[in-house]
Amino acid sequence: MDPIIKIASLVRPYWRRAALALVLLTALVFMDLAIPRLIQRIIDEGIGGHDQGVVIRTALWMLGISLLSALFAIGNNVLSVLVAENVARDLRDTLFTKIQGFSFANLDEQKTGQLMVRLTSDTNAVQRVVLISLRIGTRAPLLMVGSLILMITTSPALALAMLPVLVVTALIIVLFVSRMEPLFGSVQKRLDRLNTILQENIAGVRIVKSFVRADFESARFEEASEAFTSRSIRVMRTMSSLSPVLTMCVNVGVVIVIWVGGLRAIGGDLTVGQIVAFTNYLLTTMTPLIMMAMLSNIWASGIVSARRVDELLKTVPDVREAPDAISPVGPAQGRLVFEKVFFHYDGADGENVLEGIDLAVEPGQTVAFLGATGSGKSTLVNLVPRFYDVSAGRILLDGIDIRRLSQDWLLSRIAVVPQETVLFSGTVRDNIRYGVPDAGDEAVVRAARAAQAHEFILALSKGYDTHVEERGTNLSGGQKQRIAIARALLMRPQILILDDSTSSVDVDTETRLQEALGVESQGRTTLVVAQRISTVLKADRIVVLEKGRIAAQGTHAELMAASPIYREIFDSQLGTDFPPEGPAGEVSKDGTPEASPREATVGTRGAEP
Amino acid sequence: MKIPTPRRGPVTLRSTLPPRGQGMREKIEKARDPGHALGRLLPYLRPYRRMLLAVCGLVVIYTLLDLIGPYLMGVAIDRFIAVRAAAGLAKIVGLMLLVYLLNNLFQAFSAWLMADVSQRALKALRQDLFTHLQSLPIGFFDRNPAGELMSRLTNDIDAINQAVSQNVTSLLASVLSMAGILIAMFILDKWLALAALLVVPIMFGFTEFVARYTRRGFRDLQRGLGELNAVTEEAISGQKVVKAFRRSETALAAFRSSNEAVFRAAVSANSYALLLMPLTNVLGNFFVIVLAGLGGWLALKGLVTVGLIATFINYGQNFISPVRQLANMYNSIQAALAGAERVFEVIDTPAEERDAPDAEPLTALEGEVRFEQVGFGYRPGTPVIRGMTLTARAGETLALVGPTGAGKTTLINLLTRFYEIGEGRITIDGKDIRSVRKADLRRHLGIVLQDTFLFSGSVLENIRYGRLTASDDECMEAAKMAGADPFIRQLPQGYRTSLGERAANLSQGQRQLLSIARAILADPAILILDEATSSVDTRTEARIQKALLSLMAGRTSFVIAHRLSTIRDAGQVLVIDDGRIVEQGTHRELLARRGFYHHLYLSQFKGQAI
Repeated sequence: MDPIIKIASLVRPYWRRAALALVLLTALVFMDLAIPRLIQRIIDEGIGGHDQGVVIRTALWMLGISLLSALFAIGNNVLSVLVAENVARDLRDTLFTKIQGFSFANLDEQKTGQLMVRLTSDTNAVQRVVLISLRIGTRAPLLMVGSLILMITTSPALALAMLPVLVVTALIIVLFVSRMEPLFGSVQKRLDRLNTILQENIAGVRIVKSFVRADFESARFEEASEAFTSRSIRVMRTMSSLSPVLTMCVNVGVVIVIWVGGLRAIGGDLTVGQIVAFTNYLLTTMTPLIMMAMLSNIWASGIVSARRVDELLKTVPDVREAPDAISPVGPAQGRLVFEKVFFHYDGADGENVLEGIDLAVEPGQTVAFLGATGSGKSTLVNLVPRFYDVSAGRILLDGIDIRRLSQDWLLSRIAVVPQETVLFSGTVRDNIRYGVPDAGDEAVVRAARAAQAHEFILALSKGYDTHVEERGTNLSGGQKQRIAIARALLMRPQILILDDSTSSVDVDTETRLQEALGVESQGRTTLVVAQRISTVLKADRIVVLEKGRIAAQGTHAELMAASPIYREIFDSQLGTDFPPEGPAGEVSKDGTPEASPREATVGTRGAEP
Repeated sequence: MKIPTPRRGPVTLRSTLPPRGQGMREKIEKARDPGHALGRLLPYLRPYRRMLLAVCGLVVIYTLLDLIGPYLMGVAIDRFIAVRAAAGLAKIVGLMLLVYLLNNLFQAFSAWLMADVSQRALKALRQDLFTHLQSLPIGFFDRNPAGELMSRLTNDIDAINQAVSQNVTSLLASVLSMAGILIAMFILDKWLALAALLVVPIMFGFTEFVARYTRRGFRDLQRGLGELNAVTEEAISGQKVVKAFRRSETALAAFRSSNEAVFRAAVSANSYALLLMPLTNVLGNFFVIVLAGLGGWLALKGLVTVGLIATFINYGQNFISPVRQLANMYNSIQAALAGAERVFEVIDTPAEERDAPDAEPLTALEGEVRFEQVGFGYRPGTPVIRGMTLTARAGETLALVGPTGAGKTTLINLLTRFYEIGEGRITIDGKDIRSVRKADLRRHLGIVLQDTFLFSGSVLENIRYGRLTASDDECMEAAKMAGADPFIRQLPQGYRTSLGERAANLSQGQRQLLSIARAILADPAILILDEATSSVDTRTEARIQKALLSLMAGRTSFVIAHRLSTIRDAGQVLVIDDGRIVEQGTHRELLARRGFYHHLYLSQFKGQAI
């Protein structure tokens, strides 16, 4: 019952309009039912009684009623649409706001696609239920009951004769409705399979072509296509027999009316007009049955959607602001202390990703985290801005537990360059100043320079005003990462977190980037997660993580001497035959001598105020 | 009377929005040239001429039977009930029942036939599309993002399906029954028929009026929905960044304004769309009233009988419903034609260049590859590869290094003939690759890409993709050589484990091992390897390296290298920059030369003394 309550609660703010829509609908039913009665009068009293006045008056009555009913119907439609669309809008708004409050853990659980489905299809399904219910809701049952009553009052005996037909019709509809879902489901499954093959052949076209598998794939597609085709033919046949079967039911009803009614009319118990009215009532009883058959589908999918939406709305964000959160005055120092930090994903029974991390990072230090995938390095840095909350232990910023700080305050002191680069539609400039929307051009350029992005941005067709296409498809991976770094630098954070954010930047550029960051980072605490060992060589401290514990820490030289794990990583990536001579005669990409990185950094520093 | 088959859900223009930016714009889009699209669709129906003819015959018959039913009712009333003669009533009622029965039987039968015809024709169209898609050059797929292409094709085919399966027979039946009813009416009584005829133009006028506003309304709505969709998706997919940069308020504001716009557009579009029902209803009632009123008046004058009026009212109700259906079908047929047009657009895209008629087969290979003065650009005027000359001796490993965008991947695209070179020539064992059969060429090339692509299906099937005729044992042997065997055995069903979409349940490293196994099984003479840049942990990395070494042994290998260990072991290192080979030699030679490569290498250690 939950989903229905949910839908009702959504309609509630608009209950007046909804109620009015239903009142109009009820009025409509009475008008619909009046028409056959009036036709009966024309035939019996008008024609039968040779009274021209009755014919004309009744016809005018009918005209007036049907015009009025059209007005009522339009009123009902507009009101229903208004209510349904209001509900849809509110639901989208509620969902969006809810999702915005989600923590990273919530977001990891719910994929973007899923959330989008909640906001689009599911919302639409709920909206349809509201709309259909308000437009047909009371009409179908009332119309049915009404015509039944009128049939009985017109001729109880004839109505009784109709009973088996109505029961059979209802049974047929129930049968079809119950078979419809599984039938459509089986077609859908085969269609999904067909689409998967199509999808694989589009996305994996290089593999298909290079293995010369066109014939194989065509056969695979053909097979899936045949499975889908034969099943949909079967389903379509079943479904298409519904219409003739139902029509036959109505026809049998009409024949019975003519037969039974005819005999009674001949016997003098019935008038011709009553017979005509009766056939009309018969049609008005059948139509709602069919309407309800269609309705059941919409209701079923609406309820499923409402349930899913409700589940989403019941999700509790697991990172919440403390009620007495504090916002210290002034900038942060940037001293970070991890005290016996434990962390696991998925509730209480998840496997520990971090197991008792103890670590102190002094203001201005650069600490790099290295380790195998799954060692917990990325998780560790994501705890600092409270993207996730520790499971046990605590993290202190300048001596205060970060869970006691206001989220806004904390986030405004931290800038993150995430593992997965996300750019937004808009210009390159907009993207860089995403964290500081009112930043001036000079600041934007300075950040871009430090991120080694300035030059390639200038080379773009419109420089800083170049539009970033959907998901940044017009930029290379390395370029996107550098824009993301510029975005973080512009915030001039006290704590900078680079979460494996230079993986697509080529080594040469990365080196320059690090030089620039080194100069830029005066007094800033920097946490770097890296896969490439060359990225971390210069850090003040390198922390090697293994299975959620700190396996070793120290400078590069210390670790080379003391840590076998570190040496193993180093050897696998850089090799041991490194020639000892220092850099000499550096040549830039185009072969001309290039300003040495040191000079380049000086240039960057010169741009600082 | 006819009862429409309930569809799955209501036929609204606003169907569910797919997750990515694929709007439902198509649904109300008109085909640019509907006649042409229709002309292209018709040949798919040709093989079913006879069946279609039978369907037409059935439709004509059942439409006629449809007319006889109400007529018989009138007769029953006039000749028997009104004059109180019970004698023949049973006979006429029996006749009515028979007519109705036949009518519905024929109707069901024609729908049965049509289901077959429409789905078979659609299947042929789908197969044509698929086969053609496979023959398209890689350039087509590079230009059209996979997601977009996919959603477009599925939506378009679905639109055609909807129209074909639901509408073709009902269109025919509607038109026929309208004509039939009109004719029958004229035969029975011309005055009443003329009155009925009056309704038709009014009905179409209404429909067109409403449809015009509805189309406009829905166009606005689609635009609005598209925008809302984009705003929402961006905010949700980028939410970690939105949160981290404290921009939730802005995101919410953008969302709210789009949401409000959609609300307004939806209210107006739907209100217009729903106008049609009450309008046609009132018109239908009006029609009945006119018939009843006029008929009553005529009956009083003794010009028509009561039974005739009953017949007419029945006809009248039957007459309105096809008009209503025609209006409904209009949009769906438009959408289908627009969809067909786009499908044919894909089918008309020129296929990959065919092999020359005298193309030679390529059999056993030594594997010596030469590039001679090769030049190429994806777009004319912007060369990506210039005057490239290189030789790979049989069995040698060539490491390609250089900055992103230097042309390494392009080189691979040319060797595989994914793209055709602009100038110069590429030879394998002295044969120009343009003179051999493309399929043969590719069969001898093994490609292991950075982004491993696995198909839905079992692990075993994915390995067997390398050589379809391989036995299970051979596949497992290949997996062992690739070092993938241990992890495969740990999967829930071992080699029979089925991989979900894009193998989400395997790690990046495991997927790479599988693709290496696949290449080992294919046993190519020439190997092309795009090394993964990162994101694999050290131990898996070591395993991959080992697997690659065993794969490369004895084969000519082109490696887009990111690992120094690979480069160190390579026979030749080609340093590529800006479409040219700037340096060439072994790792040690190049280091000694102290050029660009030396710089690339050293830049990782700058300022660091060991």
